[in-house]
Amino acid sequence: MTAPIEVSGSEAEAQPEAVLAGMGGKVEGRSLGQIAWMRLRRDKVAMSGGALVILLILMAIFAPLLTSWFGHPTGEFHQDMIDPNLQRPLHGPWHSGISGKFLLGVEPTNGRDIFSRIVYGARISLLIAFLATLLSVVIGSTLGIVAGYFGGWVDTVIARAMDVFLAFPLLLFAIALAGVVQGKVFGLSGNGLRIGLLIFIIGFFNWAYIGRIIRGQTLSLREREFVDAARSMGARAPYILFRELLPNLVAPILVYSTLLIPTNILFEAALSYLGVGVNEPTPTWGGMLAQAVPIYSVDPWFMIVPGVAIFITVLAFNLFGDGLRDALDPRAR
Amino acid sequence: MVTTPDTTVVEEPRPAGPEGEVLLEVSGLRKHFPVTRGAVVKRQVGAVKAVDGVDFTVRAGRTLGLVGESGCGKTTTGRMITRLLEPTDGRIVFEGRDITHVSQGTMRPLRRDIQMIFQDPYSSLNPRKTVGSIVGAPFRLQNVATEAGVKKAVQDLLDVVGLNPEHYNRYPHEFSGGQRQRIGIARTLALRPKLIVADEPVSALDVSIQAQVVNLLEDLQDEFHLTYVVIAHDLSVVRHISDQVGVMYLGKMVELGDNESLYDGPMHPYTVALLSAVPVPDPSVRGGRERIRLQGDVPSPLNPPPACRFHTRCWKAQEVCGQVEPPMVELKPGHQVACHFPENAPPDAESRVAKAAGIA
Ligand SMILES: Nc1ncnc2c1ncn2[C@@H]1O[C@H](COP(=O)(O)OP(=O)(O)O)[C@@H](O)[C@H]1O
Ligand code: SF4
Ligand SMILES: [Mg+2]
Repeated sequence: MTAPIEVSGSEAEAQPEAVLAGMGGKVEGRSLGQIAWMRLRRDKVAMSGGALVILLILMAIFAPLLTSWFGHPTGEFHQDMIDPNLQRPLHGPWHSGISGKFLLGVEPTNGRDIFSRIVYGARISLLIAFLATLLSVVIGSTLGIVAGYFGGWVDTVIARAMDVFLAFPLLLFAIALAGVVQGKVFGLSGNGLRIGLLIFIIGFFNWAYIGRIIRGQTLSLREREFVDAARSMGARAPYILFRELLPNLVAPILVYSTLLIPTNILFEAALSYLGVGVNEPTPTWGGMLAQAVPIYSVDPWFMIVPGVAIFITVLAFNLFGDGLRDALDPRAR
Repeated sequence: MVTTPDTTVVEEPRPAGPEGEVLLEVSGLRKHFPVTRGAVVKRQVGAVKAVDGVDFTVRAGRTLGLVGESGCGKTTTGRMITRLLEPTDGRIVFEGRDITHVSQGTMRPLRRDIQMIFQDPYSSLNPRKTVGSIVGAPFRLQNVATEAGVKKAVQDLLDVVGLNPEHYNRYPHEFSGGQRQRIGIARTLALRPKLIVADEPVSALDVSIQAQVVNLLEDLQDEFHLTYVVIAHDLSVVRHISDQVGVMYLGKMVELGDNESLYDGPMHPYTVALLSAVPVPDPSVRGGRERIRLQGDVPSPLNPPPACRFHTRCWKAQEVCGQVEPPMVELKPGHQVACHFPENAPPDAESRVAKAAGIA
């Protein structure tokens, strides 16, 4: 994996007040967060992205309900829908199997409901992407803020660690580790273990990007006199780090998170596609793609559906993330 | 002795001993910032001598003005007094207690007594916090109880500094520079300090606002029995508020005297030059004074000129100035200067300086 998003702005000066650009007098009684929200609300593209993100999350949360209303259990075979000779769905446009009972058609060979598998696949995708992002952000922000504030040897050690992690061949490592870790670890086994492992690999090895951004911003924030003011009143380091500095870092953390989530979705899909992710019969978008690719010339529909699902999700997060960045720092546009 | 801040009520002013008693004593104070080279293995290749031997005392209820061009070490001095910076050498004695190197833990309860007003009102207030939580933070940090709650205490403070107490929930970006500086002042007052170091409290403000803030500081001094060290880069700002004025040049104190004596008869050529740059409203007074333009820039504190540091720019400089450092000599009562050839000085001044320097 190379750098998921550019980190060139990491050394830029932290400007929490940047959100005020062009607001004129309309700021009375509003926090910087409220001003950013006012601006974000006016950005139609970002708001559509955000709405789509919320829909996807709801879809993942209510997957059991949705499949019971509009679909069939993910593991249920419907061989009656399949042509026994050609192994293709019998009905629907382009032999997709689409009908009132199977909204997105059925799988070739087994005849499982694609709609249900997409809906449940969203769960895996979002769960892993969110938790991995959370892990990266927690580790990265903490180490970044500590390195930036304390400086000295603490900073040297953390900055070196960041370099090591940034140079790490993550994909190769993930493939190797997924092959090695089997059986029961920490009371987890099977797909529970797989999911935990993916979250750990994707999350733990990605903290250095956000770490570097937060470190750079902290370096410039700590020169602000409000930090000295807090010290001169007797504030201890944890207070300064988490009560004075952290609130000023919420903007870069939020933006980076919304842009890291789609990268992690793609990464999880790639691992599942390569067969080192979550295993069958648990539905994943990457796994569905992997099954569809060898037969794409005969059954293109089967490949299009998970492909489009991944595309829409990644796009929605990116549109929202870009809009969020513009809303928080309009001058960076 | 380690005192943990116990919960006490400080609604009352806490005067710092009898008026006129020594509150702060600074002697031989130095701060050298090491200059290092090399990315991994750092070698020290020199030091910025930001403050290089400064002495003064401040008496309770009085104001010392510290003046000098930008870069001469005023902020660094202020930060050492408030112990935001660790002095390299010298002594800081506050209320008879040596606080030069006390640990941050020991310093914490003492911080109630020594507060600082910062230079840049845009950088000294956290943009993510409301005025209420900014001004209320000292109460929480020092575990100080208030009679009617923190909110009431904060609103009283806002009122004292001339802000609308209803603006408690507003954010710093909603205020002008002058109002922000008032918020900063309210914050320093929260703990009823004895000593306030004000680092160029008005230099970031419009000229029209400057007088208002200076007047506020004066009013507060009477009301809360405060002792001030007020830093400024030109002599006009501290003129009315100071009892004593110290002039700094390249990390050294070059002249220190009672307000009137110093303004009426500046002795150090540098002070004379600074004063000549101050606009004098009354043309008849201006008569004798010609504006003196200093040539060249302030030399680098990394490599300051030897002996009298001002000799590279001084129009009175002679050979001795670059060879023998002029000592601080009290040439008039309550008025010291470090110069071989002082202006406005008594006739025997030069020989007294030479004697003190050991070259007579
Ligand atoms: N943290 C620091 N590291 C290195 N040099 C510094 C530091 N702080 C101040 N200096 C240097 O010390 C000198 C005095 O600075 P300062 O006390 O801020 O002057 P003033 O407040 O009078 O303008 C300047 O040359 C400045 O560059
Ligand atoms: S000692 Fe000499 S160089 Fe220094 S201020 Fe006095 S006259 Fe000028
Ligand atoms: Mg300064």
